[in-house]
Amino acid sequence: MPAATAVSSVPDALGRFGRFGGRYVPETLSAALDQLEREYAQAQADPAFHAELDGLLSAFVGRPTPLLFAKRLTEYAGGAQIYFKREDLSHTGAHKINNTLGQGLLAIRMGKRRIIAETGAGQHGVATATACARFGLECVVYMGAEDVRRQAPNVRNMRFMGAEVRPVESGSRTLRDAINEAMRDWMGSVETTHYIIGSVVGPHPFPRIVRDFQSVIGRETVEQCRRQLGRLPDMVVACVGGGSNAAGMFYPFVDHSEVRLVGVEAGGRSGEPGDHAASLSYGSPGILHGSLSYVLQDHDGQTADVHSVSAGLDYPGVGPEHAYWHDTGRVEYTSVTDGEALDAFDLVAQREGVLPALETSHALAWAANEAAKRPPSEILVVCLSGRGDKDAAEIARLRGLAADGSEK
Amino acid sequence: MITDNPKSAPVPSSPAKPIAKLEAAFAAARAAGRKALAPFVTAGDPDLATTVAVLEAVDRAGATLCELGVPYSDPIADGPVIQASYTRALGAGITLDGVLSIAKQASAKVTMPILAMVSYSIIFRRGIDRFVTDAKAAGLAGFVVPDLPLEESDEFDSACRAAGLALVRLVTPTTPPERAEAIARKSTGFLYCVSVAGVTGTRTELPPGLLDRIAWLRTKTDVPIVVGFGISSPEQVRAVAAVADGVIVGSALVRVVAESAADATSEMRSQVETFIADLSAATTAA
Repeated sequence: MPAATAVSSVPDALGRFGRFGGRYVPETLSAALDQLEREYAQAQADPAFHAELDGLLSAFVGRPTPLLFAKRLTEYAGGAQIYFKREDLSHTGAHKINNTLGQGLLAIRMGKRRIIAETGAGQHGVATATACARFGLECVVYMGAEDVRRQAPNVRNMRFMGAEVRPVESGSRTLRDAINEAMRDWMGSVETTHYIIGSVVGPHPFPRIVRDFQSVIGRETVEQCRRQLGRLPDMVVACVGGGSNAAGMFYPFVDHSEVRLVGVEAGGRSGEPGDHAASLSYGSPGILHGSLSYVLQDHDGQTADVHSVSAGLDYPGVGPEHAYWHDTGRVEYTSVTDGEALDAFDLVAQREGVLPALETSHALAWAANEAAKRPPSEILVVCLSGRGDKDAAEIARLRGLAADGSEK
Repeated sequence: MITDNPKSAPVPSSPAKPIAKLEAAFAAARAAGRKALAPFVTAGDPDLATTVAVLEAVDRAGATLCELGVPYSDPIADGPVIQASYTRALGAGITLDGVLSIAKQASAKVTMPILAMVSYSIIFRRGIDRFVTDAKAAGLAGFVVPDLPLEESDEFDSACRAAGLALVRLVTPTTPPERAEAIARKSTGFLYCVSVAGVTGTRTELPPGLLDRIAWLRTKTDVPIVVGFGISSPEQVRAVAAVADGVIVGSALVRVVAESAADATSEMRSQVETFIADLSAATTAA
């Protein structure tokens, strides 16, 4: 067990990660958040809960996901050995399902049969629709209208599984607006509905619960590195929007101070305000969607407009635990541009036979570049958080290609 | 439609503590055999000058106090009408300093106390001490902070108490009884009783159980109980005023302002005054 002063010993009883986190929500939601906190504590102490979740993660999701040596990418970079933690091989094609199954079971324990969720790239929406179909729960997913357009395959899949997808036309019509609408739904439905937040954001206890459910990624990676490689890696890299795959990957490593941890944010078109979605790189402490963290905001605390080619990273905030790791220096945060991410998509597709999600491509871009600067004795693990099928049509459109990928 | 100004008792001007102005406004309403009417006005929708004119109009038409909504980009407790008004105001360039200048101009012209309805995101960004100092200088009597629950409010509460400003707390239908009592104990100025579990916006019916809930709260606290969310008609005002100490009318007034903002200022004022005067008449004890 980590010592009391370990980096991992957060949050406190009020949901604080250092000074970040907390619960800044309308009073209407307070009772439901208290109920969720109590239920989660009971579930954690209940072997039957763990047995059911572990069984689903194994037979339904296909865990453990493999740790793959990226041989030809390593040769290309010519430096450190690059490994992929293959979350893209999870059922539904991304890590999001780890959380939705866990929270779905919590909802059932609380007697709530209606589920709402927000989604950006659609991966969390699909994972929520999947859990709801599996558990027989009603499912409504809020999704920005711009994201409905650019992530159409996921919208279709959600509908196939019986979920209702509600496009959100307000604001920037992306992830942030989808969260606003899901919160408003919850304000009026909180007694019968559970809101499955998809990232390590939102009011306490969500950042902690989502981190815990996603930590299966990092726990498996620690074990696989020890078994396959005989030691822990030198460096672990993950993309960060709200930050759920990164939190799940990093958390089991944070007390291993010898392992360098790097979160890669969406650098968009440039570092100018409105051109990116890199909250830790360019933002400042503020309150958004119920917690205190780094936020891209103006002088008055109004949330800024953001941009990323990746719908899943197109968010002006970040989970409070990342803010804590940022300020304590335990995790480094950096960003890569839209163009670098698109190049990494091609590189990994052509050299590894893996189509990565555009979100993941941000981590891959930084990792390939960094590996080139490190000696071959070093090991670098990238969280390959999701697969890129959902992005293929949008990438073709951005490049002016025909739907079949040929030159027009 | 506009009858005598229903405020029969004088409201003291420039009390040392801004909250005293609020307390005096409730006392004056009580002395006149009325309940408090608290309209909500979005600051800067469509512009600063119009908001000042609307505040003057609601004051003249009989409002006991007023909530001035500080536009915020991500208002999760608000329904479509108030959201849209915030979007318009922000689109027109309203800033926090602009809101404070509205408060300052209006408080020199009206007798009713003005409270700010403001997200904690905005307070935090300016810094608690500076925010409270600036708000006091602008003549505000206090705050309603819809996203600042009991657990997170100690620091802001202390700053408000030190400055003599009200921090109005909210209880909702989902608040358990013991928690409601704890919230009522901490509330200053008045207690905001949210009528429904949901976002702001007009509703045709009063929620079942509301009147009983108000009566129960009445046994637990001495601060005035003011009911808001979903109330728009004189009939609803009359029903709530029979058991509560006041009512808040938000989205319905925001809609009146939005629909008449294109008219000449005098026409808009008369529509606002008529709307408020009708509601005000319904606050008199039967």
